[in-house]
Amino acid sequence: MMPDLGAYATEVALAYILSLATLTLMILWIWIRSRRVKRDLADLKTRMNRKSHG
Amino acid sequence: MASLWEYANPVKFMKVSRWLTPVTALLAAATVGVGLIWGFFFTPDDFRQGSTVKIMFLHVPAALMAINAWAMMLVTSLIWLIRRHHVSALAAKAAGPIGATMTLIALFTGAIWGQPMWGTWWVWDPRLTSFLILFLFYLGYIALWSAIEDPDTAADLTSVLCLVGSVFAVLSRYAAIFWNQGLHQGASLSLAPGTRMDWAYKAPLYISMTGFGLLFLALVLAGTRTEIRNRRIKALMIRERANA
Repeated sequence: MMPDLGAYATEVALAYILSLATLTLMILWIWIRSRRVKRDLADLKTRMNRKSHG
Repeated sequence: MASLWEYANPVKFMKVSRWLTPVTALLAAATVGVGLIWGFFFTPDDFRQGSTVKIMFLHVPAALMAINAWAMMLVTSLIWLIRRHHVSALAAKAAGPIGATMTLIALFTGAIWGQPMWGTWWVWDPRLTSFLILFLFYLGYIALWSAIEDPDTAADLTSVLCLVGSVFAVLSRYAAIFWNQGLHQGASLSLAPGTRMDWAYKAPLYISMTGFGLLFLALVLAGTRTEIRNRRIKALMIRERANA
């Protein structure tokens, strides 16, 4: 299945591995930050509701 | 017909982007996957460049999005400066790190491709240099957002920086034409008559370019949702402190 990359196998593999790793890191960072901020907002709203009703 | 400006309302934006983000993300995953798998596994070696031609399916879409991300930031920054819509400023903020990542990918895939083809990782060629400057502008843009406490002042100053940086975004796109020199080739994809690239390469390249565009859109939508929530947190904290 793996194509024969000939003399440039290292360069092509390196470009794909580094690019996919960089894209994955960026997507993970955006996703993790999104979850954290969403949780923080929910916590803050709960705390404020408790205060206003208590 | 609904006006485009309706989506400048954070509530409306959150409502629409709630379903639009996962749909765009799924489409992006499918098209990037098809484009890269086709490009890596099922394209023939180039008669001159050998298998390094496969780097094109990453390098060209990343470079395209590096410039287009800045163009999108320019438009949203102008909307902020002229109409003061917060969502547009937050969308520009969300696009910054994504554009910087695309520029970084374009730079290092270019270096990896250039080494065996040109015999060097880097030259101070007009297009390479303008891309490096664009990357530095992205870093400056992200740093400026982080450095200023007041979000409206940060949006104002980053918008001005975006206007200045647009010169380099344009130069990055047209450098190879403006200065007809350097190692970087001119455009391989063009509307002008004549075949510059065979469809064996062009088809997966177009799919990969579409995929990177959709990926950018999905990530900007997700990032803008986070920025809107972040702004809401700050507003609620100010209200909480005022009531204490």
